[in-house]
Amino acid sequence: MAGNTSNPAGGNPAAGGTEPAATARTGLGQGPGRLLVMLYGVFTVAAASRSVYQLIAQYHEAPLAYILSAVSAVVYAFITVSLVRGGEGARKAALVCCAAELLGVLAVGTWTLADPSAFPDQTVWSDYGMGYLFIPVFLPVTGLLWLRRARRD
Amino acid sequence: MIDALTVALGVAALVLAAWCGFAAYRDQPTKDWHFIGMAVVAVLAIVQLVIGVVRLAGGADPQQGVAIFVAYLIGSALAVPIAAFMSLAERTRWGSATVSAAAVVLAVLEVRLYDIWGGIGG
Repeated sequence: MAGNTSNPAGGNPAAGGTEPAATARTGLGQGPGRLLVMLYGVFTVAAASRSVYQLIAQYHEAPLAYILSAVSAVVYAFITVSLVRGGEGARKAALVCCAAELLGVLAVGTWTLADPSAFPDQTVWSDYGMGYLFIPVFLPVTGLLWLRRARRD
Repeated sequence: MIDALTVALGVAALVLAAWCGFAAYRDQPTKDWHFIGMAVVAVLAIVQLVIGVVRLAGGADPQQGVAIFVAYLIGSALAVPIAAFMSLAERTRWGSATVSAAAVVLAVLEVRLYDIWGGIGG
């Protein structure tokens, strides 16, 4: 291994595909991504404000539901920021979070149907997001598809 | 008064959503006329915010709580302007789709606002 390959671009010429675009940030928040940024932004605000209000005002009524809403808000916020920032690292992080989000919706959705007594109040992900027009289910699937496609471009 | 405005705003938001959705379907970015439409809806939402706050100051009490009512009022005043700026940055069909989606969100917020305000006043 040669020790003097101090290429400012940081690319290895032997690896192929060393065009400048390789170091440029991928536009995760452009084109269809713009629509995703908007929807994730809306859900971040909705889930965060809802859980903050409920945790403060009525924590004792359904702590589990409100904490799950807060967790979903954090996930949404992280994906929104990743989409806006762009770049390969953000894309991979967002990919992991979208997968976690999908699993979360499916798990919480099943849980709320299987054991309604654990949830005296609704969460964002209750009944697979029925209270939110099922968007919580479609959003991570769309996000995963978009993030997969963004790598190829 | 505020109920009538809520209904009008909900309908206007749906019309805006359909209009911008049509532009997205035809693979067009938002144009000047779309922005005029967005401005009309945004102004209505701001008027609603002002009337809502004035009514609260006058002692009215929304059925489901003041904090939630104000949060929804602010959210509905911000939805369309934010989408408008995003569509300025995205001069493709996806800019139109973004405005369309935001307008649907606004319509949903109006339905919720109608519930939150409850049977108080008219």
